[in-house]
Amino acid sequence: MSLSIGVPREVFPGEKRVATVPEVAAKLIKLGFRVLVESGAGEAANFSDDAYREAGAEIAENAAALWASADIVLKVRGPNAGEVGLMREGGTLISFIWPAQNPELMRQMAARKATVLAIDCLPRQLSRAQKMDALTSTAGISGYRAVIEAANAFGRFFNGKITAAGKVPPARVFIAGAGVAGLEAIGTAANMGAVVRANDTRAEVADQVKSLGGEFVKVDYEEEGSGGGGYAKVMSEGFQQAQREMYAKEAREADIIVTTALIPGKPAPKLITAEMVRSMKPGSVIVDMAGEQGGNCELTEPGQAVVEHGVTIIGYTDLPSRLARQSSMLYANNLLRLAEELCKTKDGQIDVNMEDDAIRGLTVIKDGEITWPAPPLKLPAPPPKPVAAAVPAARKSGHGHGKGEPMSPRAMTLVFSLGVALFWLIGAFAPTAFLGHLTVFVLGCFVGYMVVWNVTPSLHTPLMSVTNAVSSIIAIGALVQIAPPLTEGVSRPDGVIRLLAVVAIALATINMFGGFAVTRRMLEMFRK
Amino acid sequence: MSEGLSVVSYLGATILFILCLGGLSNQETARRGNVYGIAGMTIAVLATVFGQRVGSAGLPWIIAAMVVGAVIGLYAARKVQMTQMPELVALMHSLVGLAACLIGFASYVDTSIVFTGAEKTIHEVEIYVGILIGAVTFSGSVIAFGKLSGKIGGKPVLLPGRHFINLACLLIVVWFGYGFLHSEAISDGMTPLIVMTIVSLAFGVHMVMAIGGADMPVVISMLNSYSGWAAAATGFMLSNDLLIVTGALVGSSGAILSYIMCNAMNRNFISVIAGGFGSDGGAPKKKPAGAAAEPVGEVAPIDPAETAELLKEAKSVIIVPGYGMAVAQAQHAVYQITTLLREKGVNVRFGIHPVAGRMPGHMNVLLAEAKVPYDIVFEMDELNDDFPDTDVAMVIGANDTVNPAAAEDPTSPIAGMPVLEVWKAKTSIVMKRSMASGYAGVDNPLFYKENNRMLFGDAKKMLEEVRTALTASA
Repeated sequence: MSLSIGVPREVFPGEKRVATVPEVAAKLIKLGFRVLVESGAGEAANFSDDAYREAGAEIAENAAALWASADIVLKVRGPNAGEVGLMREGGTLISFIWPAQNPELMRQMAARKATVLAIDCLPRQLSRAQKMDALTSTAGISGYRAVIEAANAFGRFFNGKITAAGKVPPARVFIAGAGVAGLEAIGTAANMGAVVRANDTRAEVADQVKSLGGEFVKVDYEEEGSGGGGYAKVMSEGFQQAQREMYAKEAREADIIVTTALIPGKPAPKLITAEMVRSMKPGSVIVDMAGEQGGNCELTEPGQAVVEHGVTIIGYTDLPSRLARQSSMLYANNLLRLAEELCKTKDGQIDVNMEDDAIRGLTVIKDGEITWPAPPLKLPAPPPKPVAAAVPAARKSGHGHGKGEPMSPRAMTLVFSLGVALFWLIGAFAPTAFLGHLTVFVLGCFVGYMVVWNVTPSLHTPLMSVTNAVSSIIAIGALVQIAPPLTEGVSRPDGVIRLLAVVAIALATINMFGGFAVTRRMLEMFRK
Repeated sequence: MSEGLSVVSYLGATILFILCLGGLSNQETARRGNVYGIAGMTIAVLATVFGQRVGSAGLPWIIAAMVVGAVIGLYAARKVQMTQMPELVALMHSLVGLAACLIGFASYVDTSIVFTGAEKTIHEVEIYVGILIGAVTFSGSVIAFGKLSGKIGGKPVLLPGRHFINLACLLIVVWFGYGFLHSEAISDGMTPLIVMTIVSLAFGVHMVMAIGGADMPVVISMLNSYSGWAAAATGFMLSNDLLIVTGALVGSSGAILSYIMCNAMNRNFISVIAGGFGSDGGAPKKKPAGAAAEPVGEVAPIDPAETAELLKEAKSVIIVPGYGMAVAQAQHAVYQITTLLREKGVNVRFGIHPVAGRMPGHMNVLLAEAKVPYDIVFEMDELNDDFPDTDVAMVIGANDTVNPAAAEDPTSPIAGMPVLEVWKAKTSIVMKRSMASGYAGVDNPLFYKENNRMLFGDAKKMLEEVRTALTASA
């Protein structure tokens, strides 16, 4: 008997997302599950009941019916007290839980003997867990939406332009915190044409900021702010002083500030003071994405948009829900990947395998027993940095054109004196006839060297086949041997010589004709 | 034909050969270059045949031999598939080597050439060296041919103590060379000569056997070089300047190619020739414990329809072909996809690693065969900086040439080798039959990167499915 997956309507006020979308429902059914969707669950995200039906899902009349018959419930927000009451004994729930913030909820669910997988507890450091990382996909959407909200509240264009009606300067956007949300905000704002500057305590994100079209603003203070697992940590007082000065300067110049700074398990750092807000130009906008954790700006009112000192401060905490269709699709995909991990056999059964690092981290309650927090992962130590820096700076292979660095004077002297000695030896002892040939030979080498350096790499194969054809010049040697003896009257094994020469001619001729013909064939193909 | 006339003909032929190699420096003049080569060769052969040395008595023999050779050569040139070019070139090198050996022996037994004193010694050294190079070229090329055509396993065969074997070979050759020079009669000298020939043949086999698949471009260009030196040595032996010059031209050109190939792999020429990838002491280098990070994580597969979707939505695409494309004969499917994408206004370019394939420039020839315009085919250095602005990088049957470990992992055996930085593109798609590592035997962390997708299957079949998906959606 295959298990059924239930998707209830979100009950949190204003929550428009839904935990699965019709497209993904069809894929879940392919995994062997039955899918039940509460009537109207996708309404707010523009997914009709009919769309779910077409995908093969069944529609449950109301929440009670759904909770009663589903073995596994997929949700976006954690259940409220009423929903916990509906939970089946021994059922499975997958949703955001935030166990650290909700001990009471955890206790209640444990009492229902449930198995709960908290998508927010995913060990994000595992690269194979990335496909299930709903925090990342949600944060990305928030970052995008934050810029859209800012654009909405901002009274000007983002991109600068020169029109007949006058010149418009580009908007200046400052983004505090370059995590997933911050990076997405940088990219979105840069795409809209704004001048984007960003800061993060983790210096290693500077390149990522640049790659998205932003400019990285450094704090004038030396300290590394990476707190492990890709999160930031609390910085020292000296650093914070320098940081405040930088923020004050940026605030004076920026039209729009987006703050995304969060430190796990701590209230959001207050980066933007009331003083800084006052220094901003009238009509400027601050989007505070840390609203839920108290906000990065002193004047933020979580969940609200307020105007203080002529600056609109947006503290919405439901940014992902404001892009409900997109959020639902990505979240549904994250859950689908999780379902695949749980159901490797594709037979509609799940196996909550506590040996699996990713699943171990996700599982916060197993059969009524609280298993959170999971033991820390044993991650492979990051490669030692100094060694990495010492990677031989990949000898700039000028491949083809010009040599590397010139020889040192000592090596040069050595080579020259060897050369002189060699030439002297040859000159002193070798017969003149040989010297003539040697001259020709050495000059031939140099000519070949000079000529071939200029060959483009794409023609290397034709070059080889043509030089191969040219090397069949050796046939000349064999031709000469067929000639009668140089000195008359000397007996020599004519037959043997002729035989060897004829075979050599034949071999060299194969090369001669074959080489030129194949080169020709190849070169014919090189067309613009 | 008078003496002077034949010397002038030789001079003309030499100039034509130089123009021929020079002509190959770019596509516009390349075809003319080939014509110069043919002209030079024709003049050289005619001037010799009708020159003072060759009488009319030898003519029938010459014509017969040349007709046979020409027929075989033209047939082979017409029949060969472009993917088999490396094999053909290797085989042809072996012919030059063999011819050089035969001429050397013929010259040795020719008692009508009489020298005395230093000249005699030099002549005999020339014969000895000529046969030596010829024999090494011959057997080495035959083995290279076998490796390239899959008749012999491509993995390097490393005999224990192979450097000592090589050294021993050298000593034997020198010792018998001494004996050869001091032999009075021709029959006395024959034994050392034959022993040396056998040792050289064995040396050629041993040398190429020890070199692995990814190093084949170096081997091919090195053998190309040897075939030139063999011709030059024969020229010395017969006191023929044309042979010397031409041999030197070919020899140095092959040497430069080898050097370029080695540079492209950031390897030392000596270590390539000495054989074995990244092996200094014989056995493959053991990974220092814990230092060489094993790639972790898992790969994200993709199907042809999704690939087509990605390609269609991209603004710029870079295709990186490798030996796998040659094996699967997928170049035509690649071209069709390129055309479809270009019609949609996608900027499609090709990035070629200098050692992609099994001989220098192998990929360019294949793409040219499929009619890919050469102005969208770029070298590694030309477009490596463009990857961050590229939406999709499609890797077709390449592995080591796109391995990020070369740039990121200093303990990797291929560390420092310049590679195409496909992982910097927004998405990279790797087409591969399986997760097996490349010729270098190095695992590829690219496959585990977050922005990488794997398209498993035969490259040709998969590309055709991608093409169908592209056509269907057009």
